[in-house]
Amino acid sequence: MTLARHAGAAIIAAVVIWVLTVQLSSFRDYQIADIAVYLVAIAGLTVLIGLSGQISLGNGAFMAIGAYATALLQMHLNWPLWALFPASAAIAAVAGVAVGAAAARLHGPYLAGATLLLAVALPSFATQYPGVFGGDQGLSVTVTAPAALGVDFPPTRWLAWVNAAAALIVLVLLANLARSRIGRSWRAVRDDEAAAALAGLNVARLRVLAFVVSAACAGLAGSMLAVYSSQVSPGSFTVTLSIALLTGAVIGGLGSLAGALWGSLVIVVVPTYVMDVATSHGLSSTVAANIPVAAYGVVLIAVMLLFPAGIQGGLRRFFGLTPPTDAGPFARLNSLRRRPPASEHQEEGTT
Amino acid sequence: MNKSQRVRPLAIAAAAVTAAMIAAGCSSGSSSSSSSGAATASAPGITATQILIGSHQPLTGPAAPGYSEIAPAANAYFSYVNAHGGIYGRKIKYTYLDDAYDPSKTVSDVHQLILQDSVYAIFNGLGTPTHLAAVSFINSSKVPDVFVASGCDCWNDPSKYPETFGWQLDYIREGKILGAYIKQHFAGKKIGYFYQNDEFGQDGVKGLDDEIPSSQVVSRQTYVPTNVNVGPAVAALKASGAQVVVSFSIPAFTALLKLTSLKLGFNPALVVSDVGSDPITLGGLLEAFAKQGGATVNGNQLTQGIISDGYLPTLGDTGNSWIALFKKVHDTYDAKAPFDGNVLYGEAVGYAFVQAMMKAGKNPTRQDLVKALNSGLPQGPAVAPYAYSSTDHAGITGAYIGVIKNGALVQQGPVYTTDTSPTGAVTTYTGAEQAAPASGMP
Repeated sequence: MTLARHAGAAIIAAVVIWVLTVQLSSFRDYQIADIAVYLVAIAGLTVLIGLSGQISLGNGAFMAIGAYATALLQMHLNWPLWALFPASAAIAAVAGVAVGAAAARLHGPYLAGATLLLAVALPSFATQYPGVFGGDQGLSVTVTAPAALGVDFPPTRWLAWVNAAAALIVLVLLANLARSRIGRSWRAVRDDEAAAALAGLNVARLRVLAFVVSAACAGLAGSMLAVYSSQVSPGSFTVTLSIALLTGAVIGGLGSLAGALWGSLVIVVVPTYVMDVATSHGLSSTVAANIPVAAYGVVLIAVMLLFPAGIQGGLRRFFGLTPPTDAGPFARLNSLRRRPPASEHQEEGTT
Repeated sequence: MNKSQRVRPLAIAAAAVTAAMIAAGCSSGSSSSSSSGAATASAPGITATQILIGSHQPLTGPAAPGYSEIAPAANAYFSYVNAHGGIYGRKIKYTYLDDAYDPSKTVSDVHQLILQDSVYAIFNGLGTPTHLAAVSFINSSKVPDVFVASGCDCWNDPSKYPETFGWQLDYIREGKILGAYIKQHFAGKKIGYFYQNDEFGQDGVKGLDDEIPSSQVVSRQTYVPTNVNVGPAVAALKASGAQVVVSFSIPAFTALLKLTSLKLGFNPALVVSDVGSDPITLGGLLEAFAKQGGATVNGNQLTQGIISDGYLPTLGDTGNSWIALFKKVHDTYDAKAPFDGNVLYGEAVGYAFVQAMMKAGKNPTRQDLVKALNSGLPQGPAVAPYAYSSTDHAGITGAYIGVIKNGALVQQGPVYTTDTSPTGAVTTYTGAEQAAPASGMP
């Protein structure tokens, strides 16, 4: 049973995270919450790119939709946290249907351009309608830890738990989806659209569905971001964010959920770590501030040169987990490149 | 692919989190106890030899040009203090993290500073949207949040944010002082507003409206910083027949306003908020923008005659003891930066922090700094007194009017002070400005 196996892994991961949050400092808890946000967003993107073969430079905009949905629902209707997360994901998914319907007709650079437009244009709605969205200052989001945990309970640990739990649930769902009939159909469409259509698959619907799943993940990630940073504002959802998500997916290894974890770790931990090292070596803050950007670039170049299939692909190759000639469905990078027909469907096995 | 491999992604996920967290290193906050007598570790961030403070600053990103000079300038003044005996023998260590003007990065920076680095206080966090994102967390952590680098009136809310203090002249007071000058000097003239459509512009306009009769205001145009097309707004101002344009804008948009007006043959008297009128920054931007459009202009010529205000001594006033002190500190510790309005700002706010720490006592707790500010702060380099009291956390309360001549602001007439209420009068400040101490230390 795939579901049981994934759920088992998630429970193990939950225990590990629980131990980590209790053992580590409050700031590390905060970083775990941060990593979980990126993990969800990148996991959604990596499924879109790696499995369905579409690209999106606009997932930052879907995060903004989820984040503002959370803020507005919390502010006006005072919804509880457990309802905010799914509601925000659902609202972003609806937006994903609209964008996906248009995007399903586009390919390659045209699709990238169209979604980039979304990332550029959407955040300015907040400044255009300050009465609703609070303008540049955005809206504040107040979610407090349940009183049952006690007054002295560190709020960052609570945030880490909430975000990590949401991330694990998403990963289990995505992992199952990738192994399901839908996941196989996506790969079929990705590898050869004409063949997939001839085999009776509804190509357009599958492509839109992938967009919706990806948008829902981004919406949830936006909601998590709003909750753990206790605010939403347009400055958080610039084009840079959308590019960072794509970078994270590529560095980790496209199509791989484990790769999404590597990608989010690189995005969250590398900048703070490099910054700490730079300042502890006596560099002034002004100089040090530019080093994470440079380090980010170096990591990106190094990963692409050493492991073209991302960190996860590199690890698989290094440990010989799969034959180098076929890195397996989860580590496949070249979804955007046409590959010769592979015998992938045979090796997929049953669900 | 066999079944055992299917579990791997999540199993690896779990292992990866562990590995990364161990690699990133575990740290915990330091505990401290207080006692009297010798210098002790009286509060988090304070040791016998050091005071650690932190900030969030736009060192990269869209707000970095100009503003990224502020923290190094404050640090230059701290270096001067450290070289001259420090604060009760302790040296100031100033850690400022880059937030790229992104509020969610600000939140993350402030968590790092307070939870991991255990700073004594947050000092001069820059920006309204950025600092607003972090202000609740700072206050709930009971960390002093002194001298926010933004003129938002929102920092003055002691019941909600007891730890937070503004510093610079707030935009409402600035609007009132500019408005009173306009009412007096441009009586009966048609006036147009051009302002940034957020709290900065709106607060400024609130102050202007408190003073300028509404019958005189013929047009109100706004811009958002993400849209550089100010053509329609300027055309509307021209069509309204405005003879005076008041601009609450950041430097880039003051420059766009000026160049677009020039292109449309529209030449009103221009009154610009202090935020958007630093002559050096503005002149440079005017020349750069004109060059992009294929034209050559002289920045100093175009800024000539712009009316603005100032709450610190003018840079060109070389006889002023504060300018002499800050120029000396700049030349020794921050010589690579130009000696402009941003550097002056950074050094002056650094001075104010040292003043506050001296007042907080030899072995201060975090609350001692807040208590010290709640009982007021001597005026220092500002041209008007601070408002600080237990019920008022606003900073500098007044400014003078100035006119830009040959690329430098020249003070015209006296210093005016006022409050933030709609009815509070704008009055001439009669108190004397203070001279800088000879030691350069408060």
